[in-house]
Amino acid sequence: MSPDPRPLAVRVTGASHRYGGTDALRAVSLDIPAGASVAVIGPDGVGKSTLLGLVAGVKRLQAGAVQVLGGDMASARHRDAVSPRIAYMPQGLGRNLYPTLSVRENIDFFGRLYGQGAAEREARIARLLRATGLDPFPDRPAGKLSGGMKQKLALCCALVHDPDLLILDEPTTGVDPLSRRQFWTLVEGIRAERPGMTVLVATAYMEEAGRFDRLVAMDAGRVLAEGPTAEVLAGLGVATPEEAYRHLLGLGRGAALVMPPRVGRDGPPAIRAEGLTRRFGGFTAVDDVSFSIARGEIFGFLGSNGCGKTTTMKMLTGLLPASAGRAELLGRPITAGDLGTRLRVGYMSQSFSLYEELSVRANLALHARLYRIPEGEVGPRVEAALGQFDLAAAAEALPASLPLGIRQRLQLAAACLHRPEVLILDEPTSGVDPQARDMFWGLLGRLSREDGVTIFVSTHFMNEAERCDRISLMHAGRVLAVGTPADLARGHADLEEAFVAALEQAGAGREDGAAPAAVPAGPQPTARAMAPPVADRSLATSLGRIWAFARREMTEVLRDRIRLAFALLGPMLLLVTFGYGISFDVEKLPFAVFDRDQSQESRRLVDEFAGSRYFEEREPVRSDLEADRRLRSGELKLVLAIPPGFGKDLLRGHRPELGVFLDGAMPFRAETARGYAQGILGHYAASRGLAQAQGPEVRPRFNYNQAFRSAAAILPGCIMVLMIMIPSMLTAVGVVREREIGSISNLYASPATVGEFLLGKQLPYLVLGFASFLALVAQADLMFGVPVRGSLAALLLGALLYVAAATGLGLLVSAFARTQVAAIVGASILTTVPAINFSGYLYPAATVEGAGRWIGLGFPALWFQNISLGSFAKARAFGDFQLEFLMLSGFALLFLALAALLLKKQEA
Amino acid sequence: MARWLANVFRLGVKELSSLAADRVLLALIVYCFTFSVYQVATGVKTGVDNATVAVVDGDRSVLSARIADGMLPPEFRPARQMDRAGVDGAMDRGEVTFVLDLPPGLEADLLRGERPPVQLGIDATAMTQAGIGAGYVEAIVARETAALLAPGADGAAPVSLVSRVQFNPNLESGWFQAVMAVIQYVTILSILLVGAAVIREREHGTIEHLLVMPLTAGEIAAAKIWANGLVILVATGLSLLLVVQALLGVPVRGSIALFLAGAGVYLFATTSLGVLLATVTRSMPQFALLGIPVFLVLNMLSGATSPLEGMPAALRVVMQASPTVHFTSMAQAILYRGAGLDTVWPELLVLAGLGSAFLAVALSQFRAMLARSQ
Repeated sequence: MSPDPRPLAVRVTGASHRYGGTDALRAVSLDIPAGASVAVIGPDGVGKSTLLGLVAGVKRLQAGAVQVLGGDMASARHRDAVSPRIAYMPQGLGRNLYPTLSVRENIDFFGRLYGQGAAEREARIARLLRATGLDPFPDRPAGKLSGGMKQKLALCCALVHDPDLLILDEPTTGVDPLSRRQFWTLVEGIRAERPGMTVLVATAYMEEAGRFDRLVAMDAGRVLAEGPTAEVLAGLGVATPEEAYRHLLGLGRGAALVMPPRVGRDGPPAIRAEGLTRRFGGFTAVDDVSFSIARGEIFGFLGSNGCGKTTTMKMLTGLLPASAGRAELLGRPITAGDLGTRLRVGYMSQSFSLYEELSVRANLALHARLYRIPEGEVGPRVEAALGQFDLAAAAEALPASLPLGIRQRLQLAAACLHRPEVLILDEPTSGVDPQARDMFWGLLGRLSREDGVTIFVSTHFMNEAERCDRISLMHAGRVLAVGTPADLARGHADLEEAFVAALEQAGAGREDGAAPAAVPAGPQPTARAMAPPVADRSLATSLGRIWAFARREMTEVLRDRIRLAFALLGPMLLLVTFGYGISFDVEKLPFAVFDRDQSQESRRLVDEFAGSRYFEEREPVRSDLEADRRLRSGELKLVLAIPPGFGKDLLRGHRPELGVFLDGAMPFRAETARGYAQGILGHYAASRGLAQAQGPEVRPRFNYNQAFRSAAAILPGCIMVLMIMIPSMLTAVGVVREREIGSISNLYASPATVGEFLLGKQLPYLVLGFASFLALVAQADLMFGVPVRGSLAALLLGALLYVAAATGLGLLVSAFARTQVAAIVGASILTTVPAINFSGYLYPAATVEGAGRWIGLGFPALWFQNISLGSFAKARAFGDFQLEFLMLSGFALLFLALAALLLKKQEA
Repeated sequence: MARWLANVFRLGVKELSSLAADRVLLALIVYCFTFSVYQVATGVKTGVDNATVAVVDGDRSVLSARIADGMLPPEFRPARQMDRAGVDGAMDRGEVTFVLDLPPGLEADLLRGERPPVQLGIDATAMTQAGIGAGYVEAIVARETAALLAPGADGAAPVSLVSRVQFNPNLESGWFQAVMAVIQYVTILSILLVGAAVIREREHGTIEHLLVMPLTAGEIAAAKIWANGLVILVATGLSLLLVVQALLGVPVRGSIALFLAGAGVYLFATTSLGVLLATVTRSMPQFALLGIPVFLVLNMLSGATSPLEGMPAALRVVMQASPTVHFTSMAQAILYRGAGLDTVWPELLVLAGLGSAFLAVALSQFRAMLARSQ
């Protein structure tokens, strides 16, 4: 290898990385000169992504050293300083994009994150859109773009800040050939404009690797060969990276797979579609598609991303009903409930759809059993599949920890496990390394030729398409051509050319922007490359980033109308329900009399009870046993037992006893009922002139709520409960969801701090929560006649601080939980218990004892309850709540600080 | 049928291992059924318990001192002596619920045979204490006055009321709160766990995969229901035996086995409701926001905290569709009153019916849900 005179952009020295017990990188050392373009190639799971992640600074360095753009990536200070000069595109189609945001909004978000002003952003967005050919549809949501366009958009987002180091992790995996070609033309155009920019790419397409200055070949966590592409190839005595790759892995040269000829089979076609059409709203995804696939045939489906391949396949599996047309599988029309047919079909979806939380072996065993493989055969069948698909080493691993290629292999193994007669495979080899792809196609060949399995497969690899018996070219929901690969390639250099030509003719080129305009460059990186990087920590920059996160989050919330409606209308509906539904008036308690006196006096007493609105008389009781039975069944809440001789004793002044039996299952009601009984008895005695009052006259005065209405006492507390539960739930899924979806990598790669990210996430929900609060206050006044009688200013300030604490709590839960499920359950439980029980909602807080008292004091709800009740019912003044304001601000800050501590800016 | 059972069993086992993999979630479940139940049972007092009273003693007589000393636990905390100026502020801050204002010359007036008025200020926002507590304070004032005016005679009431409270003689609110807390957590967890499990499968694409296998939507839902239901049922049983019975010493009169059987039927209803909620929402955040109102309404309006009799008629009718209403009433009958199957079978039937209805609607939405999430 010849020494490169240019300064180094990246220097990796002895870097090792482990996940759990497995080594991903073993003492890797690598130098990348500034301005070079480097391709990292190698089989799946050899550590390519890990290496790229370490260089980008999104993965925590475990051992060794990584120097990037003149500094040590182990130092957080250097990472912060250098991150504005690095761009990182993680693996997976559009993984770092926000699907509900439009093309323009996505780029705009990244521009804001890097502190660009409005005019600058505008200019850059226009330039990038023009360059990538995305300019005709700046307002299309990213989620609705085809895979190729998603990757172009992701590239725009990566390039918006003129990086000096561009890191792309398998950017073209799962992208159709035309888009792939356009993508690399774009990257080359940018490099031509900015020759100082270093480009580091991992790729599974060996033919792409030839475009790069330098090659890094990896296997099993080590670098096998590294250097200028020509030198590496010459050194190995091979002509192409593909051969080099085979050579390095010791696979022998040119052992290209040849598909054995097809054996004709009789019988009806295995799959037949006639005029198959599927519409989603006004959009026609599949338009009048017809084809017929014979038994044992390998039928390939080619087309740009989003052309309707997946939708067609889903209709064939019965997952989606067709809007029009008909389809038959193995001679039977497809119906959703046809289990018999499903046993004979294997399906592999485009995205990973096995269980992340089960090991590879457990996933296969579950499949085997669900496909009714006899119990005795399950073990051997799973072992065979593990061996056949080269999964034995990963048998006990969880799929989440495996690289894309191995996950795809697992899906294939699962789809073939029950030896189906028809295999429907949606881009099965996307992201799979060439060696595994060959292995897989060898297997498909055997299945088709020897076992007569019909295979319907979609792919973006031309060498795979060439192995099919027939292929169909699809574009924009329509089939452009069907025929053998040789027929279709006729008149073109090869199949790929034929494919690209057909697509361009159909208008794909125009739509996807075939000829990217030159990208006018920003400042040349070489000029500033060696200047010591300094992180921009000014307040204005920081506020700008917070605003970028907040704006994006707000846009997403506003797009999700249903969520918005739940967030605003849900609390209002609950307030109505609680306002009318919760009441502590105990009335119409069912009671019965066990009258063993049957005198005039006893009947008078019973009438006194029956006439009160608190009690409602039922059939009299005739025995102790009956009294017991009817109390036990819950039919009666109170039994009045009048002893024999009651009337006589009463008139003689002998103070007879009156027995009252109460159902104590609900202590509150029993206690109230006892109080009522006492009162009625007193009234009875007074009305009969039997007792003369002696004591002082106690005059009760009901403060704050003279009418003693439940609503007036309950509503302020309801608002307190709702305003902790809803806002905390709004933010609780925030962080953990980004982690599950993958867009959290934007935080890892950006110059923003965790605090800025969290504040930006919190801000929109603070606004939403506060708006919801205002609606509740208005509702309490207008609907229930419960106005704010004290300081409105105090209530508003208190609510603002309270919602800040609640959203902060949600973020804390979110930073702590690993799954959305845990975050939701956590937010529900952690807020419900203290808010309802320990914060003075139903039971005065001052009466709570023990740990509950401390939990109440250590939770924001109790403090806001003071403000809510104080300003609604008690007419307290602003100045009375200083302690409450202080405590609520403290909680808001504390929760946010804890969340920031728990959320790491790098992944393991 | 055997195949159906086998599939449901296998999918359920898968569900259990997913649950076991989520440590944070497991910790939350344990927390609910142990610490949290204990805290609520020991900390929260329904009715008049630990009520706070202030006495403004303008009389400074033997009687006024006796009245103040008459405020006894467990109903009252020791009365606080206050001057009139501090009273309003204390009540504003929620420090006292009752303020008894004994005027100067009270004792002397009474001895002269007059009936001087005594003001009792009540914080009427403390709904659970205000009404009953006022009665207690009045009774204490009357008792102490009588003892002073006519020592020896124990009051002059013409009838003595002998009350016997069945099932909970001392009206200990902890007995009630412990079981109600368990029911609350059963409701929250069953709805959230199952619903979120369905959405999670959808967001990860695994449900699509299940639906191309020889499996029915019914099997997928049934597996989720039994697996998550079982976890909660076991937690409920353990909580009842270890926390409620052993630790809190709540006497359980009825059959715990019958209660758990009832809880099983209840779980069928709530988990089915969880599946139903999951099929009508499009994403986890939406499901979370729909889940809160549902479990809040079920728990708050179950008849446990606020009696059904107090609700407007229309709402009372609507709440008959709430499984929690029926389960709460059944749980009280079994655990406190020792009722048997002969008493609670109507509730069991209603719960099973509600569960079947929720499940039927959920299943009819299952495939439509996949089309919606496109």
